[in-house]
Amino acid sequence: MTMSPRVSRTLVLLNRFAPALTFIALLLLWEGSCRFFAIPSFLLPSPSAIVIAGANIEWTLWLGHIWATLRVAAMGFVLAVVVSIPLAIALANSRFLSRTLYPILIIVQSTPVVAVAPIIVTTLGAADLPRVLITFMIAFFPIVVSTVTGLLATPEELIELSRSLKAGRAREVLHIRLPFALPYIFSALKIATTLSVVGAVVAEFVAAERGLGFFIMFSTSFFKVPQAFAGLIVLVALSLAMFRLCVIVQRRFAPWSLPKSER
Amino acid sequence: MTSQPVIHFADLKQTFGKDDGSSVTALDGITFDIGRHEFIAVLGPSGCGKSTLLRLIAGLIKPTGGTLEIYGLQVTEPRDDIGIVFQKPTLLPWFNVLDNVTFPMRHKYGRVTAEERVRAQELLALVGLSDFAGKQIDELSGGMQQRVAIARALLLDPDILLMDEPFSALDALTREEMSFELLRIWTERPKTVLFITHSIPEALLLADRIVVMSARPGRVREILDVPLARPRSLASLSDPAFTEMANYIRGQLFTRPVA
Repeated sequence: MTMSPRVSRTLVLLNRFAPALTFIALLLLWEGSCRFFAIPSFLLPSPSAIVIAGANIEWTLWLGHIWATLRVAAMGFVLAVVVSIPLAIALANSRFLSRTLYPILIIVQSTPVVAVAPIIVTTLGAADLPRVLITFMIAFFPIVVSTVTGLLATPEELIELSRSLKAGRAREVLHIRLPFALPYIFSALKIATTLSVVGAVVAEFVAAERGLGFFIMFSTSFFKVPQAFAGLIVLVALSLAMFRLCVIVQRRFAPWSLPKSER
Repeated sequence: MTSQPVIHFADLKQTFGKDDGSSVTALDGITFDIGRHEFIAVLGPSGCGKSTLLRLIAGLIKPTGGTLEIYGLQVTEPRDDIGIVFQKPTLLPWFNVLDNVTFPMRHKYGRVTAEERVRAQELLALVGLSDFAGKQIDELSGGMQQRVAIARALLLDPDILLMDEPFSALDALTREEMSFELLRIWTERPKTVLFITHSIPEALLLADRIVVMSARPGRVREILDVPLARPRSLASLSDPAFTEMANYIRGQLFTRPVA
């Protein structure tokens, strides 16, 4: 079969931009169906209606909401990392701690955070602390589990090398186990960024006067569905940005922990 | 042997307890001596306790019975004068080649001095990797990685080198090349070597003596002097004594006759 160079070049371009084109096609289909079937905007707003609703909100207001959510999500995320990694090191190193603490962690993890959130807010008040705590509760567990798995996945021979050098447990963890766990830790961090945004939004649903979660609640209570969708899209963008940041940090500081194709 | 042996085994026994309360005897009645700068190959089927023997010498496990002495001292913990090369290179992927060679220093003492970096560079030259110091580990072939592991084992200038089937993960050609490389390195830096292997030709080419073991429990079946002259080369492989001894060991190891 022969193709003119022009046709084959077009096909190559089509193939390269296939993901973006699929996305645009979906948006057009959405827009077209909304218009064609005259779907009322409080049921399903069209993309254009969402953009217009979003643009109608002042950008300083947007920034205020984004900042409020980002702050809580970031604080909860950092707290989760700071608590989880030492905890994972303790669990991986001590049979006793693992036996005693692990069941408790699983109970905490099994508690639906959405259900606990109102209780936490009632006891701790509607300030940063309960919101950060809720975010922490939702984000910490994957980090603990993955880090423990990573710490225990170190090649046995390297541990023997460490022991033959009498380097001590602290250096064994610091020089060998932790770096080896990095691919596991980064996978968990990527999950945890998304979860920490969820946590922040859940906290705002319970009690808040700012933030994207609050903005969505507020918009829906006035049936401003396009505006709520606009908030949702900003929230997704925030989540994606945090995820992206994790990838960039990993690529910058631990490129060897990525598969070759992703470096 | 007239001088004091470097490693002395007397009726050494090692049993491992299992979770169900029973125990397995990995090694039993191990008795032999290894002399200074002797190259000993330990040959035997899987499950004959070869690796256990190596880990006992390294001080990574404590014997359950008998005597194991190095330079006349009972082994109770890892010693500073032993280097280990494992089956897999087990290098650290976040360090480059040079930093992998200096790793034992960094790991043991927390820092690496300029002189040690020079030493590491010399060791890389010794193993034929002088131009690779700055390369990342995943840029190296399996054979090159194992060369780095050998350089790493030599960093603290050990008297004793323990090698646990170091070339078994390599392809046949690289494996043969590495055997000759090891002979060259051993000639330049004489060490007392305990080399564990599954390969009869490898054992014959490298060793002064071959400790042939039998499995379950691991016992010394026979200790053979390798009659090949040194320095050995490709020509040694076609020496009639080589073929004769290889056939003899095969006869000893295979319990059933092979057609």
